[in-house]
Order: sequence, then structure tokens, then C-alpha cells
Amino acid sequence: MSTLDLSPRPGAAATGPMLRAQAAMELKLLARNGEQLLLTLVIPLLLLVMGTRSDEIVDLGPGRPIDIITPGVLALAVLSTSFTSLAIATGFERRYGVLKRLGASPLPRWGLMVGKIGAVVVVEIAQLVVLALVAQLVGWDPHGGAEAFGWLVLLAVLGTFAFGALGLLIAGSLRAEATLAVANLVYVVLLVGGGLIVPLERYPGGTRHVLELLPSGALGEGLRDAFAGSGPGLLPVVVLLVWGAVAGVATGRTFRWE
Amino acid sequence: MEVTQPAVEVHDLVMRYGAVTAVDGLSLDVSPGTVTAILGPNGAGKTTTIETCEGFRRPQSGSVRVLGLDPIADAATLRPAVGVMLQSGGAWSGVRAGEMLRHMASLHAHPLDVDALVERLGLGACGSTPYRRLSGGQQQRLSLAMAVVGRPRLLFLDEPTAGLDPQARHATWDLVDELRTAGVTTVLTTHFMHEAEALSDVVHIVDAGRVIASGTPAELAESGAKNTVRFTARPGLDVIDLMRALPDDTKVDEQQPGHYVIAGHVDPGLLATLTSWCAAQGVLAESVLVERQTLEDRFLELTGKALR
Repeated sequence: MSTLDLSPRPGAAATGPMLRAQAAMELKLLARNGEQLLLTLVIPLLLLVMGTRSDEIVDLGPGRPIDIITPGVLALAVLSTSFTSLAIATGFERRYGVLKRLGASPLPRWGLMVGKIGAVVVVEIAQLVVLALVAQLVGWDPHGGAEAFGWLVLLAVLGTFAFGALGLLIAGSLRAEATLAVANLVYVVLLVGGGLIVPLERYPGGTRHVLELLPSGALGEGLRDAFAGSGPGLLPVVVLLVWGAVAGVATGRTFRWE
Repeated sequence: MEVTQPAVEVHDLVMRYGAVTAVDGLSLDVSPGTVTAILGPNGAGKTTTIETCEGFRRPQSGSVRVLGLDPIADAATLRPAVGVMLQSGGAWSGVRAGEMLRHMASLHAHPLDVDALVERLGLGACGSTPYRRLSGGQQQRLSLAMAVVGRPRLLFLDEPTAGLDPQARHATWDLVDELRTAGVTTVLTTHFMHEAEALSDVVHIVDAGRVIASGTPAELAESGAKNTVRFTARPGLDVIDLMRALPDDTKVDEQQPGHYVIAGHVDPGLLATLTSWCAAQGVLAESVLVERQTLEDRFLELTGKALR
């Protein structure tokens, strides 16, 4: 039997390895969760496939259905991971005392957040790559060239910032069950009526102006504009930044660790 | 010259939750290298006190120093040096036991050998079981392992043996004992007298948010009411006469026919008086049993017997 040297020898691991370990752990747990997979890949993939025939279900407007729906599905992928998954996972970490316990470990609190962001970013990259490839297989014809993909990266980062901050705002203040309900509800509501998948021009005039100021409308419409070959302009960038900043400050003030 | 400062100093701590005062002017010191038990009934303020020491709560009044530092302001320095076992939870529901412990180890610079620790606490068989499927006892042992894996100087264990079977409880006690030998200071909460008696150098009995008695388990047990002598003999002895023969503040009671209890300061003289009195009556006192008061007697005496 190996002996244990129990004499005190405290010390924190180096910051780099500590952050890597935390991000890897978060990623592993995210990937192990079946419901998350449904949210992050299965639903967006179904929408893509249905998107090829979406004109038979709902009129998304002029143009090929797959070209209209693909940017929206990419936006949905960002929403599902940075908002819904993050909020639910964090809500239950709070409930099970994981945040509390890690708060007493050498990992600083900002390190916990970095670990989460790291896991979210890795999942999103995988989602966007898979979805973009499948979309092209079923006929997506992106316009706008490399510049459009540049916009995809920028808007995905800003969308993650805005939605991630909102997700943490919910997870840090509501009970885990309430977070679960709200995070899923918001996902469905924004998917159907938040300007994420359906182009804003299909909404009535007044609604349209409200929706373009929502992070979902900004991200969805921004990506549709980018892949239509016309630049999305500054509005979605500003909208996402403002949502992220406001939600971020609110989260910082209200987040409860247990 | 090195001055030994207390590992933990709590001075006049007051903590309120709304209208409820959980901790009400609590003070205690913990000497380095000792095992200290905070013993008290449910709701006495044990967890609030320990969690304030862990830096989870800010003292509303009074002060807390841990290893000479402020648990909140100096958290970054303290966290690697202080091992924490929460009363419950602390792990992801889907994480495997071994994975969780390994993760905790990876956050420390000089962690214990994880395999040896797993073996030591009998967690080998459930290493790949998700946390939510572990038994309560396995979760407790994992939580203890997580507290010690970083080789802390100071350990806070909140009800470390709640829900453990006797084997696991003894394994926990043995580990805490070994940690003390290795120079680790341990502060634990418990409402098991037996645990406080078996494990700790110093016991603080806490009730209604204050320390109402402190000392070694033996000191505490002895400082209370008198010891007792029980014996059996034929029913109907003249207890009044026996009481006259015994020292002044001694009481004799025939609890059931033929079963007598003497409460008082029990010393060899008292026993001699008893046996000679019996001899004079032509009575044989059988099953003479001297009972030392236990910590539990003392605890109930101090905190009352009302359920809470």
C-alpha cells in the first residue's frame, strides 16, 4: 500500500494549467450531457434540413430558403450554447454547491469564468464548423466571401458576450429549476419570434424595430446580412455590445455563488 | 523569536439572517496542530461560524482571523492552504468520483497521490461512478478527500461523518488523527458527542450562537454534575438512613424496586461508606457500578433536552 505524506505543503497550481484543467472539465461535462447535445446540434441540424423545404411550411421571403435559414441556424447555435447551456449548467453548479466548493479552492473566481468561456467557445467552434459544412452539403450558397465569415466570427464573439452575460444573470439570481425553465423558454421564444431565424422584414413594422434592438434580432439579422453579401453595418455590433455590457454589470452586481 | 499564534481566532462574531441571529457574540481560538470540535445542536450556529472562517460570509460584527489572515481580503493566499469539506454537495452531479478528486488535485501545486488517497478512503470501487449515483457515505468520503488532497495546513470539516457507517466513520477518524500527527490543524463541527470525545483535543460546546463551554472532552465531562453509583440489593432499603451516612450533597434514590442510584462526588471513601452501611444492614450490594458522566450527559445538561 502506498503511503500518504499528509504533512502540509500548500500551494496553488500555476495559473495556466489551472485554467486549462477547469475549461477541460467544463467541456467534458458539457459534452457528457445528452440534452445539451440535442440543443447544440440536433435541433439546429433538423432546422437546416427542414430549411431546404421551409418555403412549404412558412414563407421566409424572397430567395432560396436554405440561404435564408442557415445564418439564422448559426445564430441559434450561438444562442443555445452561450445562453441556454451556460445558464442551465451554471444554475445547477450553484445548486449543487460546485461554485461554492470551487470558490474555496485555489482557482480564483475569474478563473472559474474563464473556464466556462473556454468551454463555450470550443463547443461553439465545433457547432459552427459542423453546421456550416452540413449547410453547404444541403445547398447553402454563402455570399460575401471571406468578409462574411469574418463577420460570423465577430458577431459570434459579441453574441456570446451578450447571451453569456444574460445567461449568467439568470443563473446567478434564480433557483436552478427556474433557470432551467427560463433558459429553455427564452430559447424557444427567441427561436420562433425573436428575429433569430425569421428575417426581420417578415415581421410587422413596429415589431421589427423592437426586434432589431434585441440581441437575437441583432445576431440573426446581422448574420443574414453578412451572408447575403451586404455588410450588416454597425447596428448589430452596437446592440450586442450594449446588451453584453449592461447584463455583464448587472451580473457582477447580483450574482450569488450559492 | 517565533510566537505561536492561533490557527483560527474568532472574536465576538455576530451573524444574522433577517430576524434570526445565527451567531451571537461567539469567540474561540484554535491552537495550531490540534483537532478542535465545535459541538452543538442543530441551528446552534456551527456551520455559519465555520463558513465565516472559510471566507464564504463576511462577519457582520466581530472579527475572524485564519492563519493570521483575513478570510476574505486574503482569500487568494488562504485558499491553497485551507482545506474545506462542505456539509453537503460541492461536486457536479455528472462528474465521476475519481475525476472530481483528480480535478481538485490539479488545482494544487503539491497534491497528495490521488490513487493512494482513493485507496485510503475506500473510494476505489466507485472511482468511475457519477457523483449523483454515489451513496451518501461515498459522497462524504469524496468530499473529505477533496478537502485534504491539496495538502492544507488547516482543515475545516463540516459534519464530516454525518451519514457514515461505522467503518467509514472510523476511517475518517483515523485520517484526521494522522493529519494531526502530520501537523495539520483541524476544526470540525459535529453533533455526535462520541465523535468529539474520540477525536478532539478541545471541544467548544455551542448553543444559540455562543460558546457555552470549552475544554478537553475529559474536562468538560468532569466539570458538570456529579458522578453516579448504581447498585442492586433487596428492595425497600432505608435510603434516608443511607443518605445520612453519606456526605451532605449526596442523593440516593430507589429508581425501581431493588435498583438504587447514588449521585454525588464519588470517591473511594463514598464506596467504603456504602459497603460498610450495607454490611451493617446485612445486605449484599450487587452489581455496583460507578459511572463517570459522559460528554453527552454534560452536553444535554448544558443545552437542555428540548428538541429543536
